[in-house]
Order: sequence, then structure tokens, then C-alpha cells
Amino acid sequence: MKKRCKLLAVITVSLFTLAFAVSAMAGDTIKLGIAGAHSGDLASYGLPTVNAAKIIVKKINANGGVLGKQVELLIEDDVCKPEVAGNTATKLVSDGANVVIGHICSGATKSALGIYKNSNIITISPSATAPDLTLSGEYPNFFRTIAHDAVQAQVQAKYAVETLKVKTVAILHDKGDYGKGQAELAQKYFTEAGVKVVLFEGVTPGAVDYSAIVTKVKSKKPELVIWGGYHPEASKIVTLMRKKKMQTIFMGGDGIKDDTFIKVGGKFTEGVYATGPRDISKNALAIQAKKEHQDAYSSDPGAFYDNAYSATLAVLNAIQKAGSTDYAAVVKALHTEDVETPLGKIKFDEKGDATGIGFSVYKIEKGTFVEQK
Amino acid sequence: MDFEYFTQLFFGGLTRGSIYALIALGYTMVYGIIELINFAHGEIYMIGAFTGLIISTVLTMMGMPAIAVMVLAGMAAIIYSCAYGYTMEKIAYKPLRNAPRLSVLISAIGMSLFLQNYVLLAQTSDFLPFPSLVPEFEFWEPYSHILTSPELMILSTTVVVMILLTILIKFTKIGKAMRATSQDKMMAALLGINVDQVISATFVVGSATAAIGGVLIASHIGQINFYMGFIAGIKAFVAAVLGGIGSIPGAVLGALVLGWTESFFTGYISSDYEDVFAFIFLVVILIFRPSGILGRSQIQKV
Repeated sequence: MKKRCKLLAVITVSLFTLAFAVSAMAGDTIKLGIAGAHSGDLASYGLPTVNAAKIIVKKINANGGVLGKQVELLIEDDVCKPEVAGNTATKLVSDGANVVIGHICSGATKSALGIYKNSNIITISPSATAPDLTLSGEYPNFFRTIAHDAVQAQVQAKYAVETLKVKTVAILHDKGDYGKGQAELAQKYFTEAGVKVVLFEGVTPGAVDYSAIVTKVKSKKPELVIWGGYHPEASKIVTLMRKKKMQTIFMGGDGIKDDTFIKVGGKFTEGVYATGPRDISKNALAIQAKKEHQDAYSSDPGAFYDNAYSATLAVLNAIQKAGSTDYAAVVKALHTEDVETPLGKIKFDEKGDATGIGFSVYKIEKGTFVEQK
Repeated sequence: MDFEYFTQLFFGGLTRGSIYALIALGYTMVYGIIELINFAHGEIYMIGAFTGLIISTVLTMMGMPAIAVMVLAGMAAIIYSCAYGYTMEKIAYKPLRNAPRLSVLISAIGMSLFLQNYVLLAQTSDFLPFPSLVPEFEFWEPYSHILTSPELMILSTTVVVMILLTILIKFTKIGKAMRATSQDKMMAALLGINVDQVISATFVVGSATAAIGGVLIASHIGQINFYMGFIAGIKAFVAAVLGGIGSIPGAVLGALVLGWTESFFTGYISSDYEDVFAFIFLVVILIFRPSGILGRSQIQKV
């Protein structure tokens, strides 16, 4: 009994000392909040971000930290739920986070952003893709290292107008969430770019044939057909178009940037354009980041790892360049200072989206997707 | 819009209708004889397409000319599908000949799921490219902007199949037996007709037309997968009901009407509501003619 009391006393004392040690250090650390889904169904989206931050911070602290201070991680779970994310944000703010990497899900990010904004905390998400988060301009403290959902449509419209120089477009989709969403965004950006949308229609996936809709497209004489949806219908439609001797340019999103599309459509897919994620696998930093993960956790990194790695690098670089953790100075540095990341050399545009990341236009040439510069 | 546009939609609808008709024939013949809606019929169409793909790939590798590949692959698909149709009847429907109709219907749905999953496991869940078996006819070149060669092939094959089928049913012994069985199974049996054999023959003929449809449409749209029979089957079933299920000319007429409805609706209004409109049309027809366009109204026996 006596022995146990003694042990308890030792533990209590040592805990106190530890607490003192932490609070003594706290004064001169840079606190990096990591918020996202770390448990529950979507944990696999959030945990790679934690790993990325841990790897970088460990490396940086070993080299003397940022501005001579050690970097400390504050990891908080929001389970990807908007109703929890508010509490997560409040907790991080009261713990004194200087910047937050997160959140992971768009809904959770949106509900947490107001709290960070009021406390002047920069928030940088590796994965929230809802276009409004940056495009609305409501959150000047928000940045992200992933292309938002509307980027594909913007890339398509830009390429069609500037490179292909088309004046008219027909937009078809498969009536699904993904396909119709892509098609509606395409309609918006093509109209804004001054291209006339001559046809906007959904087709039934799996229908016996599409000759009626192809005939309709033919009669409207567009210079370009934009497809919102997946590759099975796309290859049927493009095959029929070519069989009916139509040379109209055909372009789709990442739903058709799949080798199965070429395999199934064969020679008829030659010359088709598709937008797809930019290939970063040959980036030196991406290779290095992957290797660091394999060394530390003996497994391949998960979802949004490269994005999170880039976000962490970007924000620490901005603090270094700004010379302090002052909000205005760091925001300015994020907008102006280029930083080398696994995603390539990035900085952030006036809305907060990373420039130079995201989607490229590919063209099918001799049976493979070739990136168009 | 102009006349050419109309013509293109007309022929597009006609092609689509022909495919529906080839499948609908199987539904309507089986229903005419044993009053069973054979839900697994769409799967026979899919199996026909798969067989066509496998055989044509092999033959093309052996360096056969295109026409020979087309004919031989078509024949193989027909034989294979007929074997499936025959076996299906023996396994899933014959033991239930005297069971309540609902049991046979469930058996048919089970057969459909079984065949779908069988092809999914034995072949692949992916979409497979299907070669264009129909060559571009040179003599047809001037008209190909209205109707492509494969579409022409679909139309002419359908016409030939229809003529052969009419001859079979009207002028041959087995055709006569089929008609007798469909009128009164018991009486036909009493008069010495082997009813089981007639039913098997019906399944075989229905499967053959479905296989032809499968190979033709697969070659036209250039891809197949294990699920292709489902929607085609449902549409063909609708066509058969529209025309009056049990009636052979009715199935053809219903299929063409459905094909044209879809094609013109897409062409002049919108493809978004293509299916919605096709089914509204079905409902309207059935309100005014409950037994379909050419269907006889049946007197319920007590």
C-alpha cells in the first residue's frame, strides 16, 4: 500500500515537471494545427495529412526549426463532420495555433473557417474541393493545395478558346451527379468565355444506341462536343460520331481519362481531348516525399498526402519568408513567394488557390494520352 | 427542321426499333405459348454478343476475311444462344410447368441474375471493345450520311429474319404446332402434338433472334459488357407489351413505335426525358388499348 502511494507520488511529480517543461517551451514554438478526419469512416482521407506534417516537422526541427523556433503540432479530429468541426476549430484557436493545416472535408472546412477568420488564423486545406471556399472571396485566410471542382471546366474552356479557337459547343452529360455537375460548370465557363452553347442535354447511360442524340448534335453543327460523365457512354458516342463522318472535336473530363476508354473506343478515340490530374509522379520532391513516408511508416502514403506535404511546406516557407507568424505578413508571403513542393513550384492566387497545380489537357495520340502544353 | 434531319431520325429510330424487335420476338413468342414473361431473355441477347466477340476475335486472328468472320461469328452466336435458351427452359421452367405462374416468374428473374453474374465472373466486369464486323459498303457510300452501313445491315437482317419467321410460323409443321399450342395446350397435346418439344423449339427460335440482335448492335456501338442485356431486355419487353404481348406482328410494330418515339423525342424535344416520354407513351396506349396495339383482348377463363 505504502509502495503504491510512493509510486503515485512519483508519477504525479513527474507529470507536473513534464507539464512545466511543455509550457516553458510553448513560448517559443510555432504551433501548427492539424485538423481533419482522423477517426471514423473517412479517416483514410485525414491521416495521410497527419503523417505528412509529422515527417516534415521532424525534419525541420532537427535542422533547427523555423526562424530558430521549434515547430509543434496540435492534432485535432473533426471526424469530417461540420457540427464537430466548429468545436475542433475553437479548441485549436484556444490552444494558440498559429496556422492550421485542414480541414479535410469541404463541409467541415466551411463550418470551421469562420472561427479561424475571426481569430486571424491562416487555414490551408490539402483536400477541400468545394469551389465556393475560395471563389466566393469570403475567406481571405483560406488557401488550398488542391484544384477545386470547377477547375476542370475552367481548363476546358480556356483550352477550347485559346488553343482550339472554337466558337460553338455542344454539351452532353449522363444525368448523374458527377457528369451533370461537370456539364453545368462547363456551360457556365464556356458561356463566360463567349462560346455559344448550342446544345445542352443528358443521355441515358446504357441505352441501346445513341444515334438520335448524335444526329441532333450533327444538325446543330458545333465545333466542339464537351462530355460530362464516364467513359463507356463517351466511347459509344464518339464511335457513332466518327462512323457518321463527323469530325467535331470531342473533349471530356477525368471521367474519360482512363485507358479503358482508348481500349474500348479503339481508333475512333484518336484525337479526343480529356482533362485529367497533372502527372506529378516524376517530380523529384514527390518521389522524395513518398520515400520518406515509406521509411517512416513502411507503407505507401494515402490520399492527399502530396497535397498535405505541399501545404505544410508552403505555410512553413511563408512563415520563414515573412520573418514572423504575423497574419498579414504570412498571407502576403503565401501570395508572393514561390515554393518548391511535390506538386511543383507553387504560390497562391488572390483567391487562395494554389497556382500551377491541378489539371492538364491531354490528347489521345497513337493510342495514349499525351499531355498538351 | 429540315427533311434530311427528319430522315436521319426516322432511320435512327427504325434501326433502334429493329433491335428491340429482334429481342421482343422472343418475349412475345414465349408469352404466347406458356404465358411466361421470360426475364432472362435479355441475358440471352448478351450471351449472343459475348459469343460473337469471342468467335470473331479468334477468326480475325486466323486471318479470315471480314464477311466470313461476320457470318461465322453470327452463326456461332446463334447456336450458342440457342443452346442456352434450350437449357434454360429445361432447367428453370419445365419443372415448374404446373406450378403457379408467380413461381415461374421468380424462376425467370433468378435465371436472369444467374446468367448476368455468371458472365461477370467467367468473363469480366469491364467494357470490352467489339470489332466492327460490318464493312463499309462502297455502293452505299452516297447514302452513308443518312444511314451508316452497319445500320443498313441491321435493317436488312431484321427484314430477312422477319420473313423467315413468318414462313416458319405460317407454313411449316412446327409453326403450325406452335400456333396450336398457343391456342390450347391441352387440346394440342390430345391431338398428338409433343407440347414440350414445341415449347423448346419456341425458346430456341426466340434465342436465335436475340443472338442476331446482340451481335448486330454490339458491332454497331462497338462495346459490350455483362449488363447490356438488362436495359435492352426491359425496352424490348415494353415493346412487346406495347404491341400486344403474345402477338408476333404486334411485337415488331411495338418495337418500331418505341424506337421512333425515342428517336423523334430526342431529336425534336430533349434526350433528358427520353425514357420518361417512352413510358408515358406506353401508359397512354395501354389506357386506350389495354392489351396493346395488336393484342386480342382475352376472355378470362373461370
